[in-house]
Amino acid sequence: MEIKDFKQLDDFYLDVLKEVGNIGAGNAATALAKLMGKKIVMDVPDIKIIEFKEVNEMFDNAERPVVGVLVKVAGDLPSYVMLIMEYETAKLILNVLLGISPDSEKAADSKNNTDELTDLELSAIMEVGNILTGSYLSALSELTGLNAQPSVPAIAIDMVGAILSVPAIELGKICDTVLYIESRFSEGSTNIKTDFILIPTPESYQILMKTLGVGN
Amino acid sequence: MKNAIKIGMAEYCALTHPGTLITLGLGSCVGIALYDKEKKIIGLAHAMLPSSTSIKNNSNKAKFVDTAITELLNDMIKLGASKENIVAKLAGGAQMFMFNEASDIIRIGERNVIAAREKLHELNIKIISEDTGGNYGRTIEFYSDDGRLVVKTLGYGVKEI
Repeated sequence: MEIKDFKQLDDFYLDVLKEVGNIGAGNAATALAKLMGKKIVMDVPDIKIIEFKEVNEMFDNAERPVVGVLVKVAGDLPSYVMLIMEYETAKLILNVLLGISPDSEKAADSKNNTDELTDLELSAIMEVGNILTGSYLSALSELTGLNAQPSVPAIAIDMVGAILSVPAIELGKICDTVLYIESRFSEGSTNIKTDFILIPTPESYQILMKTLGVGN
Repeated sequence: MKNAIKIGMAEYCALTHPGTLITLGLGSCVGIALYDKEKKIIGLAHAMLPSSTSIKNNSNKAKFVDTAITELLNDMIKLGASKENIVAKLAGGAQMFMFNEASDIIRIGERNVIAAREKLHELNIKIISEDTGGNYGRTIEFYSDDGRLVVKTLGYGVKEI
């Protein structure tokens, strides 16, 4: 079956994807918990199949400022990973990792959040993206025996809609809908919330299903 | 706002006066705004990829800069616009992420803008203003009363082009 539109997937396949996401995200949540030294709660993954016209607004307000980390995945599972976190969450994570106290007054004053993070802080956030992506993918590799190679992460701090458009454009070269396997990690006491999104290409979706023995 | 329509990725729309066309969080995509100043007819396309000819799966015309412009122009003419009176404004085409490697994903915004300029030149439509490139997202609002295009950003201010 050649996939051009993920909308043709029925509930059975969506459940398989949910389970795959669960396995990956479970491992990523453990890695994040170790990194932060805090208990991380993970929600059941949400499978979203979205048309391009809805992409910019899939997270409510398209203009909301967020920190986005993008990883391109090569190998047997060509896909994209996006990490979307609130600016406040990024600051909280940096506080734990680097011992920098969140300077909320400075952040509130700032018109442009992009310039608010130093190079060291930006690399620390990218490293978080690296670790989460690595643990997510290694769980999938263990499950399937497939090999996935993540690229060096890239970071952007801007409107969530504009950030989400980047992997969607890449998918646009191949198909007309985007499949998002979205997991949310959170930590109760500090209000850390981050969304981890795996965006498989139709090709990797098919490889994944075939390897799991549910493809046709 | 009266008669305001949101244009998502891979969508385009033409309107007669009074109306406003809005795109929220434009990133590497390019917003192509066309305006017939006599009839006050506006059109906005939110295109994702530069060229329909370089991609096999190209049935969705609104995805590509070249075909989106042609379709949008046709819709405007159907509403009563004349091609000779139409001028263009461009926004978007940012590079949202910095990658170490030089790959297509980096230059997609720039390529979208170049494709839009080429297609408009080919159609003999003059580009009267542009706010493109950079590494930040834009929200654009296009008004039919005077054809002004308002560009809003996070941290790079608001401008009218």
